[in-house]
Amino acid sequence: MNNDKIEQILNEHQGQPGALIKVMMEIQEENHWLPREVLVKVSEKLEVPLSRVLRIATIYKTFSLTPKGRYQVNICTGTACQVRGAQQVLEEVQKITGIKPGETDPDMKFSLETVNCQGCCSLGPLVEIDGKTHGKTAPAEIAEALKKYE
Amino acid sequence: MSEIIMQIDGIEVAAEEGMTVLDAAQKAGISIPTLCYLETLEPYGACRLCTVEVEVRGRTNLVAACLYPVEKDLIVRTRTEKVDKIRKMILELLLAHAPVARGLKMQEYAEEYGADKNRFEKEPSFCIQCGLCVRYCAEIKKKNAICFVNKGPSREIQFIPEIAAKECWSCTECFPLCPTEYLQGVFVLTKALAFPSAPMGPTVEE
Repeated sequence: MNNDKIEQILNEHQGQPGALIKVMMEIQEENHWLPREVLVKVSEKLEVPLSRVLRIATIYKTFSLTPKGRYQVNICTGTACQVRGAQQVLEEVQKITGIKPGETDPDMKFSLETVNCQGCCSLGPLVEIDGKTHGKTAPAEIAEALKKYE
Repeated sequence: MSEIIMQIDGIEVAAEEGMTVLDAAQKAGISIPTLCYLETLEPYGACRLCTVEVEVRGRTNLVAACLYPVEKDLIVRTRTEKVDKIRKMILELLLAHAPVARGLKMQEYAEEYGADKNRFEKEPSFCIQCGLCVRYCAEIKKKNAICFVNKGPSREIQFIPEIAAKECWSCTECFPLCPTEYLQGVFVLTKALAFPSAPMGPTVEE
């Protein structure tokens, strides 16, 4: 956890309750998850009740209250990707990584998530690994691609 | 302050600007059922049990009386067939969450509107998400010790262990507010204090 960076984000918005979601998103981006201590700090610095911070942290899917792996794997299960075989890809990824959507593997390598339409249906089934988009994926291909990440 | 003349169930009622339909009706002695309403708190409109039919310039609409502001020449009907049907449905849905509600109010209403508590599959969470405890803590006590977490089907109330450990046992004023069950608050509070680090993320569905 990069404490200096989080401190810096918090100091920039000290005493601005309106910046709550922005601050939380920046910390999420930086740290990949929101530890409890950080949320308490956010609530103190921004002068927002902790109850509101927690409510917002649990409502939005962007925020994670559990640690995430080094590589985020997003599998599109929108209608078009679904039709093009996202389910098989998802099953393959689950088999390789041993985790279900919403989970992180024990050695903190991958976090798996199913997402909705990413807006490029012609590339379906779409898989996003660590920010890099893989289009027209087949189960065998995705197995290859996952091997490259250590 | 200017007076607004309106009609509730055929009776002329004088109301003041800034009042809600519910306030005006209560002032005139007309009862509208409510679960999530408490005079001292800001109206919230969570339970929708106070649904009434309002008519403005010949158009009728269904609104929550606890939120709808009074206006001139407003015609309000609190007991039409449609309204009764909606209230019955709301009660049946709420009773699925709290089938053995000790809350007198809820049972009385169920009887009044003929709501069948067995109509829907039971899901006894004992919380109908009226937000009374959450709002009381935030607005009156200003402690913010209890909050809503998650969304949709997994939305629930939760005490914040850090604050609750210091404040709650000496207060407990939110417990009797609960329209379903006094012990609901006790249970949630105990759970929060016993398992302060329990995960809060949305439970994985399926």
